Amino acid sequence: MNGGFAETFYAIDFPRWRERSLQATEADVDRALARRGRCAAQHGLEDFCALLSPTAMARIEELAQHAHRCTVQRFGRVLQMYAPLYLSNECIDECTYCGFSRENPIHRVTLDGAKVFREARHLLGEGFRHVLLVSGEHPRLVSTGYLEEQIRGLRPHFASISVEVAPQSTEAYRQLVRAGLDGVSVYQETYDTESYARHHLSGRKKNFDWRLATPERASAAGVGHIGIGALLGLSEPLHDMLATFVHASWCQRRLWRSSFSVSVPRLRAAAGAIDAPYELSDHSLSQFVCALRLCLPDIGITLSTRERPQLRDGLVRLGVTQLSAGSRTEPGGYGEPDSDAEQFEIADHRSPAQVAARLRALNYEVVWKDWESSLAAVGGPS
Amino acid sequence: MGQQLDIAGRSFQSRLFLGTGKFPSGESMREALEASGCEIVTVALRRVDPQAREGDILDFIDTERFLLLPNTSGARTAAEALRLARLARAAGMPSWVKLEVTPDLRHLLPDPIETLRAAELLVADGFTVLPYMPADPVLAKRLEEAGTAAVMPLGSPIGSNRGLETEAMLAIIIEQAGIPVVVDAGIGAPSHAARAMEMGADAVLVNTAIAVASDPPRMAAAFRDAVAAGRAAFESGLAPARQEAEASSPLTGFLEGAAG
Repeated sequence: MNGGFAETFYAIDFPRWRERSLQATEADVDRALARRGRCAAQHGLEDFCALLSPTAMARIEELAQHAHRCTVQRFGRVLQMYAPLYLSNECIDECTYCGFSRENPIHRVTLDGAKVFREARHLLGEGFRHVLLVSGEHPRLVSTGYLEEQIRGLRPHFASISVEVAPQSTEAYRQLVRAGLDGVSVYQETYDTESYARHHLSGRKKNFDWRLATPERASAAGVGHIGIGALLGLSEPLHDMLATFVHASWCQRRLWRSSFSVSVPRLRAAAGAIDAPYELSDHSLSQFVCALRLCLPDIGITLSTRERPQLRDGLVRLGVTQLSAGSRTEPGGYGEPDSDAEQFEIADHRSPAQVAARLRALNYEVVWKDWESSLAAVGGPS
Repeated sequence: MGQQLDIAGRSFQSRLFLGTGKFPSGESMREALEASGCEIVTVALRRVDPQAREGDILDFIDTERFLLLPNTSGARTAAEALRLARLARAAGMPSWVKLEVTPDLRHLLPDPIETLRAAELLVADGFTVLPYMPADPVLAKRLEEAGTAAVMPLGSPIGSNRGLETEAMLAIIIEQAGIPVVVDAGIGAPSHAARAMEMGADAVLVNTAIAVASDPPRMAAAFRDAVAAGRAAFESGLAPARQEAEASSPLTGFLEGAAG
């Protein structure tokens, strides 16, 4: 019962649930809409299946209305803005879909403290107070000590600092939390273990289970906010959407000291990378956002600049709560753009100010800062 | 066939626990236990007297059939609860204990701070601990982390028969729990018990409502059926009442023209 998420995960027959979703009836959808997240432990997956079904897709406007009301009730008309800051594109992992994959002949860079600060200054100038530090996996060049140093350096300037870097040990996360870390994003990429093995050819990232248990280690170390998700299009999408839900739901219930968000990235073109093996339509992505919101009313939902402006504006009203804007996905890219070194292509090229203006026009409040970790830094950085 | 209840490695078919206070006679208690179908029976340690010449409450409970769950009622501090539990174990009672620390003698409300302290001490001492507690979701998680085998939040003040007045908090406790949740105290009618089970509680404990009924065995049977019905409804997928949809402008217009 307390064996960690892996125990729950491996006990679930996802192909059977997928089948069940494909065959969901109107009554199943009705029941899921009526329950809306209550009894999540017992009926969550059943309801999520129903809301992701072809039957529910035919009622997408109805789902959207419910999801919109649910979002406004829980979060208000508020969008939190963040920006990624790429520290390094060095990587020892070989992954079929990623521009940073070890064998890719891209220009490799790891920013030193001064260069990190120059990037940070650009983001601060655009209004960002939440920053997400991103890097490839390189235990020597991007060590825990290196990350700690960057977090300490940026700490006085940002309201919250998150990382999207290689999974760390509990002890390493503790070290980063002491330095001022607030959040960890770690995407499983795919929850289909066979597909995971096909797309992670070598390097530490081959270890599926170590990655799967990362939210548990981060939460145990005192990380307050944790983001999870799958890279949609890498494997059969329905399988990954169901598993993402199961993971998020488990984390919310069991790792009760941390808050959680789900990111919904679709696989984008990148240097040396494969085309997406599976396509996820705009309709299906929208249905996924609605189903997440309706089955996990309190969960954060994150959307990056991988998606086009029109779609991003639409999804905000269905359940998205956190948006990036003006992103560059290569280290040093805010100071000196270098598209030969980026992780993936972006599709929303609007500036942060333009995105914010559009959100205000849609009657949303744009929040650049909603936390001040120095207020709670007992024994942490001063 | 419904799911069985597992607590600390033991399995139970019944999801109704019975308390043994306030029955008009030992006989009516024995019949009520029988009719309830229960498998777990709580007994106040202070009422057990192994040296009694005229017999005590245990004479009416078949300990081969029922798991005796001694409770620490009367304890006002963690230290007192620990002493009571150790005395019971020394006298040959099971090492399962229903932890009750109630310094408030008027309402018998549990002390959350002393309860957590006592749970830590009892778990460290090898007891299987089921704490009676206020319906506080954070306390429930803290007790779970302390290693208790279940949590027993109250539905309303003990003996009040007011039902699930803490429903909103119980719902959070149930949702987050990694151990069984047994709703204890305040359940005054079979419909209250059924409601707790429909919400997803793992079991309920009932005492006063059965003990003070004019026909305790018959009331015990009514609770047995209510608990079974509530659980079956929960396991088979209960649909809550719907809110009416409000008309509003379309939200999926942005998908028009996009590939379906």
